[in-house]
Amino acid sequence: MAGMSPTMAFVDGRPRLRIRFRDIAARWGAVVALLALWWALSHSGMFTPFMLPTPERVATRMWDDALAGDLPLNVALTLYRALAGFVIAAVLGVLIGAAMSRGGIIGWFFDPIVSVGFPMPKIAFLPVIVLWLGFYDVSKISMVVFDAIFPVITGTMLGIKSVEKELIWSARSLGTGESEIWPRIVLPAAMPQMFTGLQVSLPIAMIVAVVAEMLMGGYGMGGAMVQASRMADSPGVFAGIVEIAVVGWFLVKGMASLRRRLLAWHPEADTPSGV
Amino acid sequence: MSAAALGKVFLRYLPLALLALAWEACARFELVSSSALPSLTKVAAAWWDLAKSGDLVENGAASLWRAGAGLAIAIVVGAVLGIGMATWRAADVALGPLVDMFYPLPKSALIPVTALWLGFGDGSKILLIAMGCMLPVTLGAYNGARSSERTLIWSARSLGASRLRMLRDVIVPSAMPEMLSGIRTALAISFVLLVASELIVARAGLGYLIGFLGSNGTYDSMFAVVLTVAFLGFVADRIYLLIMRRALAWRE
Repeated sequence: MAGMSPTMAFVDGRPRLRIRFRDIAARWGAVVALLALWWALSHSGMFTPFMLPTPERVATRMWDDALAGDLPLNVALTLYRALAGFVIAAVLGVLIGAAMSRGGIIGWFFDPIVSVGFPMPKIAFLPVIVLWLGFYDVSKISMVVFDAIFPVITGTMLGIKSVEKELIWSARSLGTGESEIWPRIVLPAAMPQMFTGLQVSLPIAMIVAVVAEMLMGGYGMGGAMVQASRMADSPGVFAGIVEIAVVGWFLVKGMASLRRRLLAWHPEADTPSGV
Repeated sequence: MSAAALGKVFLRYLPLALLALAWEACARFELVSSSALPSLTKVAAAWWDLAKSGDLVENGAASLWRAGAGLAIAIVVGAVLGIGMATWRAADVALGPLVDMFYPLPKSALIPVTALWLGFGDGSKILLIAMGCMLPVTLGAYNGARSSERTLIWSARSLGASRLRMLRDVIVPSAMPEMLSGIRTALAISFVLLVASELIVARAGLGYLIGFLGSNGTYDSMFAVVLTVAFLGFVADRIYLLIMRRALAWRE
């Protein structure tokens, strides 16, 4: 209760700008504080340079990798695998989820598969997929699809099932043709939950792409990290963490801002917490 | 269970039985090579052998200990952190941006780091699972605790509840539902991290067993362990759901 500060008078007209500025400041403050802590700990002598390399070393390492072309290549390959798998999972997942929401034989067939498959740790099937499809991109992308498809299916199904009947009835009574009900009424109304499914699935795609690369080796951020770890090259491992964290952050935040833009018309436009 | 209910369950899970039949048929009639897809009966026999020899139990116990210990740490630290951030502004200001920053980190990136720190044994897996599963719990607890109704807090305060009582009787119960669903996410992540890290670097555990059997070329045993892991993950989730429903029964 420090009383009203003089600036409070101006807050009224543009609270949004002010709040965003504070958020951004807090975020950068946190990044700077974390880097400072890292710097201090790594120079304190409490940890060996092997356990915790200095941020300068890691940054130099990333810079060298970027100049040598390894960094952009690895990032591009991992992104390609994660996103290709994600897009396939999104398309197939929406189709299957939509078909399942209408019940019938498709609903009957897929329902137990989804309810058993969703909570299963599908990553355990990775060696099976390697056995069938080899060590190339096909098997990595298949693994991503297999893991990322379930949240999309259930999100789509829940979204479509929870569309209010009144909405469809009123559209019909206002003269909307049957062929238009799905694209113009049901799908838009189901969008928020479908999008939530996609937002759950994208980080999974990224996690699985990295694991698949770690296991199969070769190029890609996961492969590079595992290689560095085997060579006891700790700056390489930490560079990998930083790179993967940055890429993951951009993907997740990008999805959230896409949601705000696409679903601006919807009262639930805000990203659900925890995604 | 009545015959009608039994029939309903049978009809519901019939597709899974059909898939199993299709698998057996594919392998029996050699539609695919038997090394790529051993028949289900062979897999079952291999499972029995593994169970009898003790390999399955030994490695399964190693895996469950790692997952359980890591998850327990993640739940305790995550819940304290989340509720602390929701009730104490300074913690929120200091840690909020960090949680926001690390939440999107693809958790599998932590595997090589924990191996670097603690080697290939139990310690690195437990640390990995604790780190990877903590933030979903934190976020659930945070969102849940923040959503506790203002009127409840005000009335508790006006009735003279102490800070501790308020935490115990108002804030933690209202944080429960979201925290429990955060823990469910954490449970799923723990299996992914466990299996992935055991496949990549380990000397024991179900993931290690899968990799070992696979590189030995004994694919029927490998399939047996893969299905066991998948089944364990599924059962863990179902048991958790039951516990969660019971824990939240008072809300009805």
